[in-house]
Amino acid sequence: MKILVCITHVPDTTSRIAFTDGDTKFDTNGVQFIIGPYDDYALARAVELKEQLGGSITVLNVGGAETEPTIRKALAIGADDAIRVNAEPKDSFFVAEQIANAAKDGGYDLILMGRESIDFNGGMVHGMVGELLGLPSISPVMTLDIDGDTAKMTREIEGGKEYLEVKLPFVAGCQEPIAEWKIPNMRGIMSARTKPLNVVEPAGNGEHTKLEKYELPPAKGDVKMIDADNVGELVSLLKNEAKVI
Amino acid sequence: MSILVFVESAEGQVKKTSIEAVAYAAAMGGDVTAIALGNNIDSSELEKLGNYGASKVLHVDDERLNQGVIQAYSSILAKAMEDANAEVLVLANSSLGNPVSARVSVKVGASLVSNVTDLPDTSAGFKVKRSIYTGKAFANVELSKDKKILAIKKNAAEIKETGGTATVEKYSVDLSDSDFGAKITNTDKATGEVLLPEAEIVVSGGRGLKGPENWGMIEDLAKELGAATGCSKPVSDMDWRPHHEHVGQTGVKVSPQLYIAVGISGAIQHLAGVNSSKYIVVINKDPEAPFFKAADYGIVGDAFEIVPKLTEALRAAK
Ligand SMILES: Cc1cc2nc3c(=O)[nH]c(=O)nc-3n(C[C@H](O)[C@H](O)[C@H](O)COP(=O)(O)OP(=O)(O)OC[C@H]3O[C@@H](n4cnc5c(N)ncnc54)[C@H](O)[C@@H]3O)c2cc1C
Ligand SMILES: Nc1ncnc2c1ncn2[C@@H]1O[C@H](COP(=O)(O)O)[C@@H](O)[C@H]1O
Repeated sequence: MKILVCITHVPDTTSRIAFTDGDTKFDTNGVQFIIGPYDDYALARAVELKEQLGGSITVLNVGGAETEPTIRKALAIGADDAIRVNAEPKDSFFVAEQIANAAKDGGYDLILMGRESIDFNGGMVHGMVGELLGLPSISPVMTLDIDGDTAKMTREIEGGKEYLEVKLPFVAGCQEPIAEWKIPNMRGIMSARTKPLNVVEPAGNGEHTKLEKYELPPAKGDVKMIDADNVGELVSLLKNEAKVI
Repeated sequence: MSILVFVESAEGQVKKTSIEAVAYAAAMGGDVTAIALGNNIDSSELEKLGNYGASKVLHVDDERLNQGVIQAYSSILAKAMEDANAEVLVLANSSLGNPVSARVSVKVGASLVSNVTDLPDTSAGFKVKRSIYTGKAFANVELSKDKKILAIKKNAAEIKETGGTATVEKYSVDLSDSDFGAKITNTDKATGEVLLPEAEIVVSGGRGLKGPENWGMIEDLAKELGAATGCSKPVSDMDWRPHHEHVGQTGVKVSPQLYIAVGISGAIQHLAGVNSSKYIVVINKDPEAPFFKAADYGIVGDAFEIVPKLTEALRAAK
């Protein structure tokens, strides 16, 4: 089983979001970067599938040199080697083209991604890669099991789930509870240092959108506290002030 | 400008989020054609889309499409965009709309933006505002290709009734085996419930509720309000509640008029899923709970006393 896992390098979920350069750049000052939480689920499931079925895991990131510590972390968790496409991830189509290009001759049985990146939350790259490679794409995937050349999956839908069967190879966008996040151990961290990390240059320049400007939401007003013995007041505020009931 | 709108249905009715998508397209100005797939939806239901601004509805009356087959849906939408000469495809962000729109964008070479929160600005080029960083910020982006796809967030447009009716036309596209490469073998779906991503009011419970056996009072309150129920991540991780109720950064992102959080501390990852709610009410026994900082109204106290009292007060106020 040859598995490709595509990971993002994103601000920690507790980060304060701010912008610089006239609101055209994300302010990385004091920000901790992590593997995207959904990508982390994809990687964790890949590690489990490899334990079960054998094979290898390649992780791929489209990003600048600053993402290498994040890629090394994925190697420490259990990937065997890595590819970094050396380019700033401009938009989802650009990223999808890079991934499709890097994957097309790789002979991967499975291409796993996160359901969405937590910076742009597009939830689009896996579908685009599926279409570019002519493979099925399924997202958001909650469970994934492989039986011979067929995968059985559940996909979350509004208010429930859907059961699917697909022949390999295909692309999946993963979310919990597909696997539990894995924490790298000492041996993993040591061996990650020497695992191959291949840097390749980008192909094409298929940007479909252009960022104009970032913007922060307006500040929140103060909270109005209501006495626990007077829930009737809350009801009347919701009715007459907020007008939401 | 010709605009195509992908319309989803549930239990034989057009989803409210799809009605918003039609209203969004109508507000953009231009000729709005909607398209619906599957034979589990009535023509009369589709004609009603005229009331929100569609002039025509294409209906692909095919039983194989009663379930959301991602590739087949993508092939149909790409062809329909071409046949309708549509410059823009509008759809609601959803578990089906997202993967489908990604594939269509590659098929037709369109600029695609998801999580769109406002109508486009076409005064110079074609620009939209979208939510990023899980609702913590916005980006204004320009769509540079001739064809555009907008996956819109809830509340991106106001639903306005026009009094019109739409003509419904049968439409079909030749599909290949590869369009059905992924086989849906079964679905498990709550029926008759208010669906969380679409709900106007959400009542959510956290670890403060101590165990699944205590959810009765949450359900009673939700029922009184016609609300959907949600929960925090640890609650679904412990299987107290089903996974599709998990709200937050790694779960459902909700945008209701009113979000009521009971026994939830307000961790930043939870807030990421609720920050586009219009009003937030927090009930927590700890006055220092971070959730109060994000709330409009707060009550400090024991949920086991307050929630039943609140349900009672709502009933009395009717
Ligand atoms: C990468 C990542 C992603 C995550 N994604 C999510 C996500 O999507 N959604 C999410 O929810 N979490 C997420 N989390 C987890 C998050 O950090 C918090 O751990 C979680 O939200 C806490 O859940 P809680 O508020 O229910 O529990 P707790 O933090 O344990 O809070 C319980 C609250 O209940 C109150 N309480 C206790 N008893 C009572 C009572 N009798 N009456 C009233 N109040 C009472 C307490 O004062 C406390 O504030 C994520 C974490 C990480 C690291
Ligand atoms: N720059 C990138 N490098 C590698 N994989 C990516 C990148 N951006 C997105 N992905 C993958 O695509 C998934 C969906 O991303 P998005 O469409 O941006 O929400 C992510 O969870 C990743 O698995």
